Amino acid sequence: MKRFAPYLLILPGGLWLAIFLVVPMVFMASVSTQEGDVVNGFVQTFNLSIYGDVLSQYGTQFLRSAGYGLVATVVSIVLAYPMAYWIAFRGGSRKSTYLLLVLLPFFVSFVLRTVSWKFLLADNGLLLSPLKSLGLVPADFHVLQTTVAVIGGLVYNYLPFMILPIYVALERVDPRVVEAAQDLYAARRQAFTKVVLPLSLPGVFAGVLMTFVPMTADYVNAEILGGPANTMIGNIIQSRFLVNNDYPSAAALSFALMAAMLIGIFAYARALGTENVLEAAAR
Amino acid sequence: MTETQADVEAVAPAASGPPPVPAIELDGVVKEYLAHGEVVQAVKGVTLTIAEGEFFSLLGPSGCGKTTTMRMIAGFEDPSRGTVRLHGQDVTDVPPNKRDVNMVFQSYALFPHMNVWENVAFGLRRKKVPDAEIRRRVGEMLEIVDLGGREKRRPREMSGGQQQRVALARALVNRPRALLLDEPLGALDLKLRQAMQIELKRIQREVGITFVYVTHDQSEALTMSDRIAVMNDGLVEQLASPREIYERPATAFVAGFIGTSNLISGTVDRVEDGCAVLRLGDDGRVLAEEGAHRAGDAIAVTVRPEKVMISTDEPAAGLSAVRGTVAEVVYLGLYNSYAVRLPGGTEVTVFQQNALDSTSTAERGDAVWLSWRPQHSYVIGS
Repeated sequence: MKRFAPYLLILPGGLWLAIFLVVPMVFMASVSTQEGDVVNGFVQTFNLSIYGDVLSQYGTQFLRSAGYGLVATVVSIVLAYPMAYWIAFRGGSRKSTYLLLVLLPFFVSFVLRTVSWKFLLADNGLLLSPLKSLGLVPADFHVLQTTVAVIGGLVYNYLPFMILPIYVALERVDPRVVEAAQDLYAARRQAFTKVVLPLSLPGVFAGVLMTFVPMTADYVNAEILGGPANTMIGNIIQSRFLVNNDYPSAAALSFALMAAMLIGIFAYARALGTENVLEAAAR
Repeated sequence: MTETQADVEAVAPAASGPPPVPAIELDGVVKEYLAHGEVVQAVKGVTLTIAEGEFFSLLGPSGCGKTTTMRMIAGFEDPSRGTVRLHGQDVTDVPPNKRDVNMVFQSYALFPHMNVWENVAFGLRRKKVPDAEIRRRVGEMLEIVDLGGREKRRPREMSGGQQQRVALARALVNRPRALLLDEPLGALDLKLRQAMQIELKRIQREVGITFVYVTHDQSEALTMSDRIAVMNDGLVEQLASPREIYERPATAFVAGFIGTSNLISGTVDRVEDGCAVLRLGDDGRVLAEEGAHRAGDAIAVTVRPEKVMISTDEPAAGLSAVRGTVAEVVYLGLYNSYAVRLPGGTEVTVFQQNALDSTSTAERGDAVWLSWRPQHSYVIGS
């Protein structure tokens, strides 16, 4: 009994994942190579050429999604790092309050928050209407249905997932180590670049994983804040599935997206996750 | 006293001409914190001078202000009042990275993302020392601390003792004017700690740098230091050589903190041949040589347990002599420890060495005489 105890611990979670992740994935893989339509039914034909077809048909949206995800990730790092730094080193006894504030948006539904951005950014909404009446921006200026609106929405919705891992990494940096750097003739800026930043890179690395992947696959922001020119791959998958009932194409697109992201992340991990990078950063 | 002279020589090496500039001077240094709206004084006014090349210890219980004092020397804390001078220069407002002192932190504070070599080279790189010289000096320093061949190790792959030596090398390689050590041996086990005490002393002699050593461990301070400042409650209670501090504690706190000490208080009965005589019980007397006391003064006297002799016969005249009952005998191998209860209820601890010819002289419950020489009674005020 004792020997099996550790396995018992992973049993509930393992079963959960097996049933709700692995089984649907196998099912989807099978769907992606079927042919037919929703009225006459789908037949398993092991039609692999669909992958080439969807990739060539939706290549633009693929690249656009990756580009949006990349830009939104970089913007997130720039916004999140100083915030996480401030909470970790200047938060004092109020750290948990500030973290709660960071997480506060999660108490409101994702879709609702994104819709509220629509009101905020509308052509005559809260933000633009005063600017327009003051003549600060031209009357035909708009933010909605632009790339800026979609990337802004992505950053807004996923920012906490960047802040939290960076905060955790910074929080673990021993203040004595920073003092040691200062004691060894490092000015404040050097103590940051040589010690604090390298030690917090694992947090940035985790934050990138936690934001880039869902941002690239996101469809809500492009749907609500974007226009026809901002369609992301998530929107295509969603409409293939739910509007066109073209299950094989949607499944093939999903798998292609997953494969592309896995490859991208492995490449990223190889390049940035190694100790060599940390050492180089510390030099 | 010959021992005092020897200590003076150890502190200030023979030098002709003008007196050398002290390595570190603290002048009326005070550190105040605001805690819950109240001003708390961690350091209440410390003035001391540390000579070049000296092994100087700040000794005291936790919360006595010794670490805060050291952090003000390093520059991590700004004094609320007072001046810090390094080699005659006022550095009170100079940030730590511009002070020519280096610190060995209590938990070592090694850079976890760098290997041993990079840790040690960190300070030299910040000072823009040429690469060839960095390589030479880091190599030499790693030899001195006996870590040659381990340059590529990460701190977490090393034992506590090795990490300790990396921390020491990382500070010493910069050839600072003074090295500050904050309880550097606290995390090591007893055997390693004792070995490192000797090692530290050797390294200090080898490099000839002023060491300022913060510790709460009195035996550590006594073993290594040229001079010790015993601190309590933000103030220096006594600043003297280890021998002086042990043999002649200036205050009741020092007497109690350093080693085991017996405190006997009473009223001066008379003064005889320059000796103050305290009456204790019907036929007990305590003789104390020093101090100008008059009959009727209330004074306290300390005596070290190893100075007290225990006997069944009445001691000779000219010695302190008090009667008591053995309350406890503890065999400690090297010596026996007796707890002897005096008529007034005071308990006196006596150590008696287990010499070749000694036979156990007293058992629990025995009535015995305690005696010691007048020069071993130290008057520590009333």
